[in-house]
Amino acid sequence: MSITGAELFVKALKEENVDKIFAYPGGNITDILNALYKQNDIELILPRHEQALSHAADGYARSTGKVGVCLVTSGPGATNLVTGIATANFDSVPMVCFTGQVPTHLIGNDAFQEVDIVGITRHICKYAVTVRKRSDLASIIKKAFFIARNGKPGVVLVDIPKDIQMEFGDRHYPESIEIRSYKPNTSVHIGQIKKAVDILKKAKKPVFLIGGGVNIAHANEEMKKLAEKSNVPVITTIMGKGAIPTNHELFVGNIGIHGSFASNSAISEADVLFSIGTRFNDRITGKISEFAKNATIIHVDIDPASISRNIVVDIPIVADAKVSIQAITEKIDRLNTDDWLKQIKEWKEKYPLKMKSEGLTPQKIIETINRKFDNLIVTTDVGQNQLWTTQYIELDENKQLITSGGLGTMGFGFPSAIGAKLGNPDKTVISISGDGGVQMNIQELATAVAYELPVILCIFNNGYLGNVRQLQEFFSKGHYSCVCLKYDRNCDCTVAKNVPKAGCAKKPYSPDFVKLAESYGAKGIRVINEEDIEKAFDEAAKNTKTPTIIEFMIEREEDVLPMVLLGNPLNEMIIEK
Amino acid sequence: MLKKRCISLYVENEVGVLAKISGLFSGKSYNLDSLTVGTTEDSTISRMTICLTSDDQTFEQIKKQLNRSVEVIKVVDFTETQIHMKELMFIKIWDCSKNDKTDIFRIAQVYDLKVIDYDMSSFIIECTKSEEENNSIIKILNKNYPNRIEVVRGGNVAIEALKI
Ligand SMILES: Cc1ncc(C[n+]2csc(CCOP(=O)(O)OP(=O)(O)O)c2C)c(N)n1
Ligand SMILES: [Mg+2]
Repeated sequence: MSITGAELFVKALKEENVDKIFAYPGGNITDILNALYKQNDIELILPRHEQALSHAADGYARSTGKVGVCLVTSGPGATNLVTGIATANFDSVPMVCFTGQVPTHLIGNDAFQEVDIVGITRHICKYAVTVRKRSDLASIIKKAFFIARNGKPGVVLVDIPKDIQMEFGDRHYPESIEIRSYKPNTSVHIGQIKKAVDILKKAKKPVFLIGGGVNIAHANEEMKKLAEKSNVPVITTIMGKGAIPTNHELFVGNIGIHGSFASNSAISEADVLFSIGTRFNDRITGKISEFAKNATIIHVDIDPASISRNIVVDIPIVADAKVSIQAITEKIDRLNTDDWLKQIKEWKEKYPLKMKSEGLTPQKIIETINRKFDNLIVTTDVGQNQLWTTQYIELDENKQLITSGGLGTMGFGFPSAIGAKLGNPDKTVISISGDGGVQMNIQELATAVAYELPVILCIFNNGYLGNVRQLQEFFSKGHYSCVCLKYDRNCDCTVAKNVPKAGCAKKPYSPDFVKLAESYGAKGIRVINEEDIEKAFDEAAKNTKTPTIIEFMIEREEDVLPMVLLGNPLNEMIIEK
Repeated sequence: MLKKRCISLYVENEVGVLAKISGLFSGKSYNLDSLTVGTTEDSTISRMTICLTSDDQTFEQIKKQLNRSVEVIKVVDFTETQIHMKELMFIKIWDCSKNDKTDIFRIAQVYDLKVIDYDMSSFIIECTKSEEENNSIIKILNKNYPNRIEVVRGGNVAIEALKI
């Protein structure tokens, strides 16, 4: 018996164990939506904007390890996905996006709501394809999930014309697929591992530098074992944070232009840099010629193109993080790193991560979160709010950080928290945003209310596009151009602490986030004093079926410190203003 | 070291693969000298010959980027390999006098070019040579028949030589 393309679609997704689809309707996916209406295994989630939809699917994928699935209509539905696709793919998140397309005979006609979405996304995703024949539908969907999940995970886009959704054809969905042009490496070269271990064994000042690859490979347990067996300190990138528990005595901190002094110093002085799953992005290396200049560099990555791209590597190992960590652990013995660890401890004590200002600081807010919740997912937006979170958040087996590291997408934080909560109903999910970025997807409050998702949305309100303001403070002589979100366009009429200058009218908040929350049927709390942080979280935790906004009125011109100025080596940091 | 390189690329014969590969070069600011493509003895596979100029490090990265593309079946580096490489070129020459005509036949004979079409005053010449030889032929004809020639070139096509 033959079935329609839409029916085959539903069958295929069930066989791929998809339990949720993030979907937004439109003319060219009505047949699929109709087929999904007739079943109960897959739940449809309806966010309020396709960009937010893609971030929600992304947060769902990052927090569950499953493939995030998006389904949107052709034309504007598809173009609204673009930022989300680039965001997820940049951070190696497995996601499959289905877009409706105009019927095949109209493709190329500039038909209503026709765009060449495959052409638009080709270079920001792992693979993009239009289904041109009903008979290809099954194998293309199979291929899409395989490519999204395997090797370095990423985003696959499948564009399905309307006539193919309607056409009757074979019901068969293959169990496996062979792709001759895509055969990711699953083993590890033992010779290279042996070489690497021999070098590591001789090191006096070794460090592990761990990137997002370890979290993606779910190799945290293995990484901890390796660190403990070898007695080698662990430094992480923002994406690698949590690779081992942050309270572990071998954990040093984050590396990078806003990393910790101890981490950046250790990298600069190390004699062996053993890195796993990082791209050596420009945000972590500082001045490239000075980066780890005393070190022999070993680099494990599943993507050969990441190796020796930004820095020249001595021992390349192309392999999955988990497999290689296990292989290294087997061969390594305990190193005598006592002096080195003592030196790192001294650096840590000399310049600990610490905010100098009094009162309601981001540090105190994040430390309250650390104290109060132990089964937690934190998502961040982008900007100072993100950097502070990545600096101060404590992570372990039960606490996960989700952030847009590669693309740095404002508007990511809140919708990704919605996806994370849908995938982890038993965990507390907190989203930390700035007053700027949160407005890029604030409409998702409606989604959180509708699905009864008690996400806690913390807004660090500094009245500025703070991260850019800080750059202008350091690099543009304090010319605050295009960054003020407060009383007037230039912020001339405001001073610190949200008090308007004499002679300036005190205008209301724009928006009033508390009222905004209430208008959506969510809860809203505004915190002005340090003493009220704790209470606000207690209050929010009581809302088990509704989202809560907590708006924190923070110091307006607080900076993210320490900081490496552009072009400087990593260990030359501005510690305080 | 900046030098000329050549890659033979096996790709899936699918819609969009050429856009993917050429876009990869432009998107990542890789310099591309020529790119040719056509199907192979297996109609599901296309083969591209890509010529480019780059330093060693960029070239390594280009090969890796090509290799990681899902549509790419195989990347073969021809830079240090014995190969046969030719480029097809057509040249049209017009407004030829009687003397010009005699000359053109002579030039064709000396340089081993093929006159494939001619009428009272125009010629079409076919030429299958290396890129450098084609360059010099254009130079000569340009000098002899300024503003009277039209050139179309196909880009390099390469195949590995037989092992001796
Ligand atoms: C979509 C998008 N547009 C612009 C930027 C550039 N950008 C990075 S941080 C930032 C300011 C963010 O301001 P806010 O959300 O208030 O956070 P804060 O830095 O104040 O904590 C901007 C504009 C970006 N990362 N993403
Ligand atoms: Mg702000």
